[in-house]
Amino acid sequence: MIPWIASHILTITIFLPLVGVLPIMMLPRRFEEGSRAIALFFSLITFIASLAMWWLYQINAVDNGFTLIEQHPWIPTLNFQYFVGIDGVSLLMIVLTTLLIPLAILGAWNEIKTRRKEFMGLILLTEVGLLGAFAALDLFLFYVFWELMLIPMYFLVGIWGGKHRIMAAMKLLIYTLFGSLLMLVAIFVVYAKSGYQMNLIDLYQMKLDPGIQLWCFMAFALAFAIKVPLWPVHTWLPDAHTEAPTAGSVILAGVFLKVGAYGFYRIAMPLFPDAVLQAQPLLMSLSVIGIVVGALVAMIQPDMKRLIAYSSVSHMGFVMLGLASLTTEGVEGAVLQLVNHGISTGALFLLIGIIYSRTHTRQISDYGGIAKVVPWFSAAFIFVALSSAGLPGLNNFVGEFLTLMGGFAYGKVYGVIAAIGVILGAAYLLWLVERVFFGQVTNEHNKTLKDLNPRELTLLIPLMLLMVVFGVYPKLLLDPCMGSISTFLQLMGR
Amino acid sequence: MIEQLLQHISIPTLMCLIPLLPLLGAIANGKMYLFSTRSQWKPSHALSGTIAVVMPLISFLIVAVLFYIAMGLEDSHSVSTGPLFTWFGGTQWAVTIGLKLDQLSLIMALVVTGVGSLIHLYSVGYMSHDDGFAKYFAYLNLFLFFMLLLILGDSLPLMFVGWEGVGLCSYLLIGFWFTDIEKAKAGKKAFIVNRIGDFGFVLGIFFIWQALQPTAQPGDAILSFSYISTHAAFLAPVATAATLLLFLGATGKSAQIPLYVWLPDAMAGPTPVSALIHAATMVTAGIYMVARLNFLFVLAPTTLNVIAIVGCATAFFAATMGLVQDDIKKVLAYSTVSQLGFMFLALGVGAFSVAIFHVMTHAFFKALLFLGSGSVIHAMDGEQRLSMYGGLRKHLPVTFTTFLIGTLAIAGIWPFAGFFSKDAILWHVYSSGHFWLWLIATLAAGLTAFYMFRLVGLAFFGKRNPAGPHHVHPENSVTMLLPLVVLAVLSIIGGWVGVPHAMGGHDHIMTWLAPLFPTALHEAGNESTELFMGLGSMTWGAIWAIIAWILYSQHRGWADQMAARFKRCYTLLVNLYYVDQIYDAVVVQPLLWFSRSVLWQTVDAVLIDKILVGGSARIARLFGRVGTAMETGLVPHYVFLLVLGSVVVLGWMIL
Repeated sequence: MIPWIASHILTITIFLPLVGVLPIMMLPRRFEEGSRAIALFFSLITFIASLAMWWLYQINAVDNGFTLIEQHPWIPTLNFQYFVGIDGVSLLMIVLTTLLIPLAILGAWNEIKTRRKEFMGLILLTEVGLLGAFAALDLFLFYVFWELMLIPMYFLVGIWGGKHRIMAAMKLLIYTLFGSLLMLVAIFVVYAKSGYQMNLIDLYQMKLDPGIQLWCFMAFALAFAIKVPLWPVHTWLPDAHTEAPTAGSVILAGVFLKVGAYGFYRIAMPLFPDAVLQAQPLLMSLSVIGIVVGALVAMIQPDMKRLIAYSSVSHMGFVMLGLASLTTEGVEGAVLQLVNHGISTGALFLLIGIIYSRTHTRQISDYGGIAKVVPWFSAAFIFVALSSAGLPGLNNFVGEFLTLMGGFAYGKVYGVIAAIGVILGAAYLLWLVERVFFGQVTNEHNKTLKDLNPRELTLLIPLMLLMVVFGVYPKLLLDPCMGSISTFLQLMGR
Repeated sequence: MIEQLLQHISIPTLMCLIPLLPLLGAIANGKMYLFSTRSQWKPSHALSGTIAVVMPLISFLIVAVLFYIAMGLEDSHSVSTGPLFTWFGGTQWAVTIGLKLDQLSLIMALVVTGVGSLIHLYSVGYMSHDDGFAKYFAYLNLFLFFMLLLILGDSLPLMFVGWEGVGLCSYLLIGFWFTDIEKAKAGKKAFIVNRIGDFGFVLGIFFIWQALQPTAQPGDAILSFSYISTHAAFLAPVATAATLLLFLGATGKSAQIPLYVWLPDAMAGPTPVSALIHAATMVTAGIYMVARLNFLFVLAPTTLNVIAIVGCATAFFAATMGLVQDDIKKVLAYSTVSQLGFMFLALGVGAFSVAIFHVMTHAFFKALLFLGSGSVIHAMDGEQRLSMYGGLRKHLPVTFTTFLIGTLAIAGIWPFAGFFSKDAILWHVYSSGHFWLWLIATLAAGLTAFYMFRLVGLAFFGKRNPAGPHHVHPENSVTMLLPLVVLAVLSIIGGWVGVPHAMGGHDHIMTWLAPLFPTALHEAGNESTELFMGLGSMTWGAIWAIIAWILYSQHRGWADQMAARFKRCYTLLVNLYYVDQIYDAVVVQPLLWFSRSVLWQTVDAVLIDKILVGGSARIARLFGRVGTAMETGLVPHYVFLLVLGSVVVLGWMIL
């Protein structure tokens, strides 16, 4: 039994949430509330499985390349395979996902009152898509998982979202489908040009003609850039984040965006290294623009969820800055930033969800002075905001610092302009904190707000602890992926 | 049992305890505060206060012990923990965490923990009526943790952790009474302005990192101070850029032109905070950083000139702004900015140890002055306007005496502490050949004496303003008086460790620091000239002091007449040269407008959403419409299109 689990740990982790979907579906409508517990249970054992996976990864890790590989023919005539395996980066992404999903479910505990069954089922389904995308080593398999996470997300936003949910969901769908279709075309071009290969590891070794590389890279890059999102294809994100229910926002910001960056790391960049070199100045410029513009626009948002959404544009700009710099420091920083942005922004969305569930408003101007009323909530929010602003000693700092180093090493001007984002980051977050928490309580309704309850504390404390741990000892995250990063850079010709 | 315990207490353990003890205090008080907000239980003031005061006190004792040990060491006078663990790094380099105490950081650590402990003690009395007692001490202890990390950190990134951390605590403490939105705004302003400086700091680190990378072996801690100093030669090509950027960081933290604007607003915090953070310790971090990296700064003469000029200009302009302030704390705030300018001036002319000497004496007398002003404010029910005071010397004898000592020290009157350090600065500026800088600095020194004695005159002499608070609370809190007395003593004798040879002293502090700093960049001047100029500078200060004392305690009408006569000048000064308004109009408002109107409402909403996304949808729909329109179901239409198509295709093939 145990050896069998050990050798299939990856598949088990990916599909455990799917197992949870079954009992939820079979649950009679009048016991619907139970779906929360079922979903929480399955997401938690998925988390435990992913930790076991981490442990097995540590044991089996080969310095470069993939471990915990499972490879089975899927559609043999077309040479499509069920081929999964992880390197350090996918490991971190998977654990991040399995960590955030239970928290998202717990965050949605009382928020979702209608169609709970469907909601919980869709969340678990999204998790399957996300985990699969992070583990797939077959291009077509990747595509399937990629679409699998998109569709439930569309429903999560469209059914349980805010006032403008339909518009937001449509925008999300159109944007991402547009990218996906281009990607699908590119996948088949690669498939045809490589002698009908979908296996990523084999494809890494093949050198496509530079002309074709550029077109294929552009198609992949557009699909991934939309997901990241890179400026200027980011405008779906503020709407989707803002309108989504809390759990949706947490998953969107925490993991969804990461798939875009991960796609660059796993597929778009190593498959087309020559094209990347050509496109590098463009990628770097868009990242830097995203960092600064995202922060500037975040600054003047009247809606706090939208503010955090724009801050994600800025933070993900740092990720792409590091990744596209093709330096060790930059890629290290990008990976750290992926994890840490997930933790910090996930926590911010949870916090906003907590206060929204009491006040039913996201407008910053409806708040003011609530630090006096809800001291614990305020302390937690300010703590997380500081982590998001990259305070040294907390989690985001090292990643930001390393990505900036990468940008600086690529070209000083990129590092310098991107560093402005660090100033602006403090500006928009502290201004938000000031307007929400400080001053006198101006809104009568806010005078009787309830502070954090035990469920909410359970949500936040683990994340806040991780912020300290990863800030002080980021090697916990860096050690498993150093080898993978250098393999990646070798593939890129560095 | 105890012996075993002692065996484990090695020097590195002790060093780690220096910053960790205040951190523990911060955690303890922070937890107690948070729990007290949810339950009936409230931590007693005695408990929180004791924890908060004892932690820094133990740290101080440890530093003192280590100082004693280091003094006994033959060669290096420094102790270090070595690398404790690797924080992060690349393939070729690493950032390790480690603490180091050498001659420079020992002095700083002694001042920070010593003055820090006193101010903690004072706060017990000062904050005794405040609801957020435990929270206050949590922040204050946390500040000490970060400040000690800044000082003890053995690498640039670790220093930066402390650097930003003290900024955080400053933010929290300025906005401590956050229900007043102006105070919260002042805190935010401090943090953001400091972040502008930190932008420079980070980029400065990057320049150094890039230049040192080729020299590194895998695992080398290339950003540690020892590595940078031994490889300084490789940094020559980037020295100017790196040091200018680092200096930008220093102008933020140490409130120099152009980033000084946050410090006067920072006076919104509780007065002991102003004393500890915004006078004695945090704001001197920039000076400490330049002194720490002196080997780098001497490679960049341009930067040193910039530092000297900026320092001198700040010293002068801040002093002029201090002349007309009505708020007692604002006078002291501008005075602090001005004094920090003096320290940078010293750094700029290469007199690093003199700058550190002034950091030390300034910590004594400025902490004393702030705590004294706190006593006055406490006694006057929170009133801070000088115009509401008057004649307080009879009501607050201890405060008055100690405040006068502090004033004499800052005015540079022999034999008080400030005389020796300020005179040393002026002397080094003069003897290094910077005549104009010396002239302006001397003028600023005169203004210092003037505005300080103006303050003393307005507050402690003359008649009570009947519009002010009727009742003056007597000074009876021992916890508040003891720190005043100790600091007053230090403000008298603190300068004696740096009596120059010309005055028959031994210049201990310079000798102690000498191994760290390059030997003087210029020829030492004539000793008799030095003595003469010392006498001159004291006389100069005394003259201004007397003028101020006459104007503001004897003939107040004269001062008003002067203000009326030079109305324009006076208005300009009262409005602080309109710097805040200019920054707002030139930087803040345009940035907000650009973000809102251009980036958000035009680029995002119209250009991308409407034209690109909406446009592509419209084009798709257009194709759909065309397609639909063609499906008319009428055969002639289809035949027509068929013919048209054939013609086009044939034409294509033929041509």
